[in-house]
Amino acid sequence: MDILNALVLLFNYVIVPSVAYGSQLALGALGVTLVYGTLRFANFAHGELMAFGAMITILCTWWLQSLGVSIAPLPTALLALGPAIAVTVAIVLITDRTIYRFYREKRSAPAIYIIASIGVMFVMNGLIRFIIGPGDRAFGDGQRYIIKARDFRDMTGLSEGLGIKTSQGITVLVTLFLVAALFWFLQKTRTGKSMRAYADNRDLALLSGINPERVVMYSWIITAVLATIAGALYGLDKSFKPFTYLQLLLPLFAAAIVGGIGKPVGAIVGGFVIAFSEVTITYPYKKFLTYLMPEGMQPSGLVQLLSTDYKFAVSFIILVIVLMVRPTGIMKGKTV
Amino acid sequence: MNLSANARRATLAFMLIAIMLVAVGVIQSWAVMLTIFNLCLISSIMALGVNIQWGYAGLFNVGTMGFAALGGVAAMLVSQEPVIAAWHAGGWKLLLSFVSLVLVIFLVAILYRKIKKGPLRQLAITGALVLGYFLFRAFFDPASEAIEAIDPAVAGYLGGMGLPILLSWIAGGVLAAGAAWIIGRIALGLRSDYLAIATLGISEIIIAFIKNEDWLTRGVKNVTGLKRPVPYEIDLQKTDWFINLVESLNHGTLSEFGVDDRSAMLGQMVIEASSIFVKLCYAGLFIAVLAAILALSVKALDSPWGRMMRAIRDNEVAADAMGKNVTRRHLQVFVLGSAVVGLAGAMLTTLDGQLTPGTYQPLRFTFLIWVMVIVGGSGNNLGAVLGGFLIWLVWIEAEPVGVWLIDNLTAGLGETSPVRLHLMETAQHMRVLVMGLVLLTVMRFHPEGILPEVVKREEGD
Repeated sequence: MDILNALVLLFNYVIVPSVAYGSQLALGALGVTLVYGTLRFANFAHGELMAFGAMITILCTWWLQSLGVSIAPLPTALLALGPAIAVTVAIVLITDRTIYRFYREKRSAPAIYIIASIGVMFVMNGLIRFIIGPGDRAFGDGQRYIIKARDFRDMTGLSEGLGIKTSQGITVLVTLFLVAALFWFLQKTRTGKSMRAYADNRDLALLSGINPERVVMYSWIITAVLATIAGALYGLDKSFKPFTYLQLLLPLFAAAIVGGIGKPVGAIVGGFVIAFSEVTITYPYKKFLTYLMPEGMQPSGLVQLLSTDYKFAVSFIILVIVLMVRPTGIMKGKTV
Repeated sequence: MNLSANARRATLAFMLIAIMLVAVGVIQSWAVMLTIFNLCLISSIMALGVNIQWGYAGLFNVGTMGFAALGGVAAMLVSQEPVIAAWHAGGWKLLLSFVSLVLVIFLVAILYRKIKKGPLRQLAITGALVLGYFLFRAFFDPASEAIEAIDPAVAGYLGGMGLPILLSWIAGGVLAAGAAWIIGRIALGLRSDYLAIATLGISEIIIAFIKNEDWLTRGVKNVTGLKRPVPYEIDLQKTDWFINLVESLNHGTLSEFGVDDRSAMLGQMVIEASSIFVKLCYAGLFIAVLAAILALSVKALDSPWGRMMRAIRDNEVAADAMGKNVTRRHLQVFVLGSAVVGLAGAMLTTLDGQLTPGTYQPLRFTFLIWVMVIVGGSGNNLGAVLGGFLIWLVWIEAEPVGVWLIDNLTAGLGETSPVRLHLMETAQHMRVLVMGLVLLTVMRFHPEGILPEVVKREEGD
């Protein structure tokens, strides 16, 4: 019984949150990696892009709610994703036309792109604060839990409960669907193949008649779709607070690089590696060990490897180790 | 761009800034103007530090915030009085925990050298690290707990060294330089975009450390009431020579009042003047530091060393082929630039009179400084100073100007219109948007900045 309790505890506080967070990171990191693969720069504005997508989703959700539209038990935000994606894609394409294309034509150094993306970051951050303000925004509705911790306890008779939030369930399902769709697109369609070719070897791809502007456009569109969904899911799961998205930048980069930048599979692996490390290292194991250890040997402290506030340090340390040991990342991405 | 055109442009730009500052003084108040001016000076020094890294050597350091925060910590550690009780409570154990940390690092280094590469080495090193971690925690946890239990409302930390705070400006530079040396050894081998991500991460970790290690910095409880290098307003208001000075300066105005009103009026004037006097003192100190650093920077960039740096920046391979040690030079310039940022960080904390770890935001302490360098002109020292002044002014004044603009633009909507209320509420965030637009515009249409880099040639230009 104690072992079961310990396992349920671990599921409730470590595994379920990590899977949800990992999925959100994976979706975000896929965007970072796609932009890196085709445009060859680390997009510092990606966190803000996710926040922007989430913001539009929230605005659409509010509008739908005010009309009385509801798809309960699912959150209305899922319906709002459609228009939000459309808006974000439009914004991203405008950004590319007005800003990044200029540097592409000049074949600028990566550093110049990054500075430009910092400019975009400022503008988006400003717009977000301007439109929705810097405070916390709740927009989840519908049924909150798939399984409530209490129901689970009553059902199984265990003393620990397992709660799974609707947002977590949706996150995982949506991620599975999106990843499958993305890989189908990259592997099977002509556009997807040309994107991969372009990312692998730009000159060769150009010689074989691939239109670079088209490839770049598709990369941005996919990035915007993924970023909007990732941002909205993250906001639905935690809560929407604009500045947390700026802090997501580091785990996102870490996920993309750890997995092997430029490689979509790597971004997904990296997302889960980072999420699981962050949660497992900052989780206090006191209660878990109390169940497992014999009486009298139970730990007195929190048994927490690192305080929760160091979770950014975790993703960063993994990043540094990977860069030193295997600079191309787990999936052999672009060489450093 | 030749030298004199640049000089003309610099004169014009600084005159413009002077006019803007005077306008702030007249429209808002002279105290506000001096507050902005002091922060302009500090921003300029930070921008000079970033310019040393990016402008001279092309190093993409996005960790300015971390180094500025280290400077702030140095200011606190140097000037605060030590908390003796806390040292008694946990000092020795804390020391032991650090000794154990050093021993573990030694052990790992020895294991790394003595055992041949393979699974055995990995196992041994992992074992040593795990063991070391628990050893460290065994000493560290009770020590930090004991320290944080001492008088938590006002202390709960080890305190500092009780030295004059001016010394901390040097200490801030040294601390930041030390951190930069370690970071540089690890990260400088990376390509520019990875270096950017790495430094961004390190700065976040430094902030997390300062926020959480209460035994050292009191964390988010802040350390307030730091020492000052300049007199206190309260003391000035009681000093005879100061009161006499204010009286003689305002002789004309005062003589219009009757005897009764006169002393009340004078008291009011003395209070106002004391605040301005303190700010002027700070400004004097900051100007001296800025002038010294600017002079050294200009000298360095004009020297053979500066030319070598630019050569490395523009073509690493060629510089390497000419026998320049690129890695060493990168490390050197990284440490130098970070030291300047650390110095500015210590100055900022001194000016604030408190260490507030919660206020370090990347947008304000890293990216804004980058905007200053790019807009001012990367590679040009005077440009960095100009950028520091200009961007800080815009950053601060965008808020009142934004509120004023929206107030006037939406006046037709009626006082209680929700759109108007929302816009008024969020008008302060205009400045972030404005910064982005400024950066993007400069990058696009004038990437060399307001004052472009000057390349002097001996002849045949």
